[in-house]
This record gives sequence, structure tokens and C-alpha cells, in this order.
Amino acid sequence: MEPIMAVVIGVIYASAIYMMLRRSIVKLVIGLILISNAANLLIFTVAGMTRDAPPLIPMNGDPLGDVVADPLPQALVLTAIVIAFGVLSFAVVLIRRAYQIVRVDDLDQMKDTDT
Amino acid sequence: MKTGTLILTVAAQMLVPLQILFSLFLLLRGHDEPGGGFIAGLVVAGAFALHQFVNGPEATRRLLRVDPRDCIGIGLLLGVGSAFPAWWQGEAFLTAQWWDVLGFKLSTPLIFDIGVYLVVLGSVLTAVITLTEVDKDEA
Amino acid sequence: MSPEVALPILIPLTAGALSMAFWRSRMMQRLIGVAGTAALLATSLWLFASVQEQGHVIMNAGGWAAPFGITLVADHLSAIMVLLTGIIGFAVAVYSLPTIGRGHETFGYYPLLHLLLAGVAGAFLTGDIFNLYVWFEVMLLASFALLILGGERAQMEGAIKYVTLNLLSSVIFLSAIGLLYGLVGTLNMADIARRVALVEDNTLIDIVAVMFMISFGIKAAAFPLFFWLPAAYHTPPVAVSALFAGLLTKVGVYALFRVFTLIFNQSVDFTHEILLWGAALTMLTGVLGAAAQFEFRRILSFHIVSQIGYMLMGLALFTPLALVGGVFYILHHIIVKTNLFLISGIVYRLKGTHDLKKLGGVYKAWPLLGVLFLIPALSLAGVPPLSGFFAKFVLIRASIEAGEITITVIALLVGLLTLYSMTKIWAEVFWKKAPDEDSAAKRVAPVSQRHLWLMILPIVGLAACTVFIGLNGQLLYDVAEASAAQLLDPQGYIDAVLGEQP
Repeated sequence: MEPIMAVVIGVIYASAIYMMLRRSIVKLVIGLILISNAANLLIFTVAGMTRDAPPLIPMNGDPLGDVVADPLPQALVLTAIVIAFGVLSFAVVLIRRAYQIVRVDDLDQMKDTDT
Repeated sequence: MKTGTLILTVAAQMLVPLQILFSLFLLLRGHDEPGGGFIAGLVVAGAFALHQFVNGPEATRRLLRVDPRDCIGIGLLLGVGSAFPAWWQGEAFLTAQWWDVLGFKLSTPLIFDIGVYLVVLGSVLTAVITLTEVDKDEA
Repeated sequence: MSPEVALPILIPLTAGALSMAFWRSRMMQRLIGVAGTAALLATSLWLFASVQEQGHVIMNAGGWAAPFGITLVADHLSAIMVLLTGIIGFAVAVYSLPTIGRGHETFGYYPLLHLLLAGVAGAFLTGDIFNLYVWFEVMLLASFALLILGGERAQMEGAIKYVTLNLLSSVIFLSAIGLLYGLVGTLNMADIARRVALVEDNTLIDIVAVMFMISFGIKAAAFPLFFWLPAAYHTPPVAVSALFAGLLTKVGVYALFRVFTLIFNQSVDFTHEILLWGAALTMLTGVLGAAAQFEFRRILSFHIVSQIGYMLMGLALFTPLALVGGVFYILHHIIVKTNLFLISGIVYRLKGTHDLKKLGGVYKAWPLLGVLFLIPALSLAGVPPLSGFFAKFVLIRASIEAGEITITVIALLVGLLTLYSMTKIWAEVFWKKAPDEDSAAKRVAPVSQRHLWLMILPIVGLAACTVFIGLNGQLLYDVAEASAAQLLDPQGYIDAVLGEQP
């Protein structure tokens, strides 16, 4: 499973960076969404993928088995998803407002603050 | 201002109350089982967003009765406030405190979850309502 | 149980929640703005005092023991940084009263201000690497929203660069945390430091270290990914620029100091060599960028970049004296930089422009303002007896002792060019005759005396801090020395957090 995931994560990172390098701001946002998902998948995979055994003690109090999944990466990914949700929804609103004001979808035209 | 189609309107009439109930269910079972304030907040925000697609932002504001921004404020206050009772007991901040009120178990994690619920509801609705109202201005 | 570690985070959060709950009343928001930041300043003093007494102040949030729960740790460096956050927060809150318009206030300026301060204080105090990420994001989200308050074209364009680069840096940070967790299986920084030493494959650790370096380097605006800063910092209201200039990049610098002394001290030859060259290039590009600018706040923004180079130089040399210099530099820089931005705001208010070519004659009309500008400006350039002189002196001495002649020469040259920039502002804004007086003067609405005093008060306070640091160099040197000693003794940190190991 891990080699497949490694390839998948690599491809997502690559496509995200490709999208971010385009000139359109919409594609920029798509790139940002992809790259944050790639990071989440990376945490999930690196921390070790265990099948079948959730780290929950059942109501009747049976002890856990020998091999259970590590709950911490899942908590991390969940937190990261929530944060990415907040930040990306902000980015979408920002880009919408920017488009309303600047009236172009081209990053090359947004050079007023450089030089 | 009605904007929805017939199917959406009828479906929303049944779905919105169900979603609100389901969100409360998720909120309350969240301590020991999957669920909790964040996901419940998203579900209830989904309910109000659906209501808004059908009936327009004005009707949703009336249904909600309070301004979404008040939800954020009160939710934040509850969330931060739940950190403090432990201090009073001389324990580290955020340590869970449990009280027995008339047979119900009341606790600071519950208060925190309700806070999160309100913040998520308020912030999602603020964003959604603002975006639709901006669209209307432009049209 | 030591509440003073958590209070600098909880107070701004409470204040933010309160001012969000009272979003209808401007009066209440302003009141909470000043009272909340004053309370933050008071608790940060309390924390500073108890760290002086105990060395490390620790609290396990929620009562979960380290390394399983989230631990809040304050050592000397954190305590100094939180104290500076308190000072800057209070100064900016007072300065905001007359300068932030009604529109910004109703769009949530004050709640965002508190949220930003909570994020900054949280990043300084946490002892958990993932929690550090969370506070970074809290801070970034608040700063995104503050940056576009008002919604002018330049703000939008600056914000897109700021948001993209900072999101990218966050993703690199998150990926690095994931890889590090895969290697050592813990998130508590003290525990990570203990277990990194046990990992056999040093190459993997080095790769993760470089990922952290890139991520924090973007946040700190270090070479080569600094260009988001000059593109964005001159666009928002002055109070916001001043807050950002003082605190935001310094959180990145703090994270570098923390991570590259505590965790990645394995292959100093490799990592700190990269840091050293990064520092040199950061200094040079920043100061050369500033030399080419003719806009008040842009010059100051580029100077943030060049000053970051000095701080990184202190970390990169990695000798006790160099770390003292680095910490001293951060301490001096935060106060001076914020103050310069606040002054640029007053000049703007009086003259209606930031363009150096259109400004002039300020000294003749307001001599007090000229003196108040000279104090931080000369301090920034490193003129004795102000705070910047001691900071630069210690750093340059450390670099000579370490035998790094190239960086010594660069640091001295950059100091000279900083003086050139400050002289340029002084000559253009304060000294030269104002070009076509009447056309400029008519456009600007007159400022009431009360407002002017509210704007000058924080500037006087910060200038007093600069002079105080300059005149009591030894006192501050001792504090910086204590924090450098702690930074060079990771075992002390580990023992303090996890308890004495057998």
C-alpha cells in the first residue's frame, strides 16, 4: 500500500505545484487546495497505515488488541483539514474580492505592489 | 424572494428540521462516540444554507432570529470560558470538570463543544450569506 | 500549576471573544481593545518575572502529562518574546484608537487584533510542534483578514502574494511535521529532541531540518523567499503594518531559534552553514532593495528583511556570544521597527502621502516628531548609545571571534547602508523644504490635538524603551545571555519538560 500512496502523493504535489505556477488566480487556488490535501495524505501515510483495528476501547471494557492504528496522525489530519478549510475558504473569498476590484484573472497583471 | 424550484422547496421543508435534529444528536453523542461540535456545526450550517438557497437570505435571517455574528461571539466566549473553571479548582487550564445537575452530567467539554458548534454555525453562515448578498447586489 | 504560562494566550482569546460578542458597539470594542492588551502586558510581565525566578515555567494543558498532552513551556527566550508581544500589542491598540476608521472597526478590526496576538503568544509558548503549526495558522488567518481590511486594489494584490507564499510555507511545515512524526513518533518538542539523537539515519533528519528551514524561512522573510513582505506590508492601515512589522516575521525567527537549537543540533556544519549564507544574502538583498525605494513604508519593509538577516546570523554562527547577539537583536528590532512604522503613520496623517519625493519640511513644522524619528532610526542603523549599537556590536564581535570574515564585512556594510537609508528618509521627509506647500496642505484634513497626542503617546513609550535598552545595555545583555545559555543547553529544556530522566 505504501509505495502506491507514495506515488499518489508525489503526483498530487507535482500537479499542485504545476497549478500554482499558472497565471490564472483560479488555478492558483486549485493548486493550494491540492497541495494541502497532499500534505494530509503524507502525514497519514508516513505515520504508518494499519488495517482493521481502530484505537477505540469498546463499551464493555475489553482491552485493545496487540496491533491498533495510531490515533494521533488521524487527529493531526483532522485538525489540518479543519485549518485548511478555514484558510482556503478565506482564500476563495479573497480571490473573489480581488477579482471584483482588479477585474483580471491574470497574476501577471497584478504588479502594482512590486517594483 | 423565492428562488428554489418545486422539488428543492418540498425537499428542503422536510430536510431542514431533520438536519437540525441530526446536528443536535451529533453534538450530544460526541463525547464518547464519533460526532462532536465541529461536525454538528457543519451539519446545522448545511441545514441553514439549504434553507437559504430555497427561501433567500432574508428568510434565513428571520428563521435564525439572531445575527450569525452573535453566534460567533457567544460561541467563542463559551469555548474560551470552558478553559477557566479548572483554574478555580487549582488544576491546569482546560482540565475537564464534571458537575451533576439534576441527574444530568454537565461538563466543560460539553460547553466547549457547544461553543465550537455556535462558532462553526456562525462563521459558515456569515460567509454564505455575505456571498449571496454580494451576488444579489451585482445582478 | 502556573497560570501565567497560559494567560498570555487566554487573555487575548477572551478579549477577542468579548469584542466579537459586542460587535455592535464601537465604544465597547475600543475599551476591550485597550483593556485586553493592557492585561496581556501585565501577565507577560508576570510571566517574565516568574521565568527569571524559576528558569522554566511549564503547564500541561488539560492535565495530560507530557509527552502525551500539549505542554506550554516558557523559558527565557519565550518570556522575552511574550513580553515584547505585550508591549507592541498595547502600543498598537492605543495607536489604533484615533487611526482606525469606523469601516474597519465594524468589519472586525479589534477581534482580529486580539486573535493575532493570541496566535503570536501561543506560538511563543507552546512546547508541541503540531500546536506550533496550529498557532501559526491562527496568526496567519487573522493576519490575512487584517491585511485586506478596507479592500483597496494594492491590498488585494499584496494579499494574494502574502497568502500564497504563507500557505505554501504552512504546507511545507505540515509535511515536515508528518515526516518527523514518522521518524520519531512523538510531537512534544522536548521528546522529539531526545529521540532525534537516537535516529540512526542522519540524512533523513537533515532533510527534515531543511524543510523546517525553508518553511520558517518563508515566514521570517529570509532570502530567497522574502518578496511577499515588501509586496504586502505597505498596503494595510499603518497600525496593522506596524503590528505585522514588529511581530509576524519574528515568530518565524523565533521558530528557527527554537527548532535549530533544541532539535536539529546534529549536523551543525551542514544546517547552520546554509543558515549563515541565507543570513548574508538576506541582509544584502534587503538593504539594497531599500536603497532603491522612494516610499516611506516600502523602505521600512525592505529593512525588516535586512534586519532578519542579522538575527539569523546570530543563530547561524551558533556560538554562545552570537546567540546572545541574536536574541538582543530581536529584542531591539521589534520595538524599533514598530515605532518607525507608527511614525510613518503620523507623517502620512499630517501630509497625506508616503512618497518621499512629495514629502518635506516636517521637522520645521513638528520638531518633536523629528526627534522621535531620529531615536529609532539611528538605533536601527546602530549608532551608540542606542539599543541597536549593542545588538550589532555583540553580533559583529561574535562573527570575528568565530573567524567568519566574510559575514563580518557584509554585516558592517549593511549597517552603513542602513544608515544611508535612514538619512535618506530624514533628509527627504524632515529636512528638505516641502515641495509646493499649499497644494499638499489643502488636501489633508486637519488632525485634532487629542488624536495627535494619542498617536504620539505610544511612539514616545516605544522610544523610551529604545533609550532604556541603550542606557541599560548590561541589564538586557544579562537577559539575552540567560536565554542564550538555555538555548545552548537542550538537555535542560528536555529535563524541565519531561522530568529528570534516569
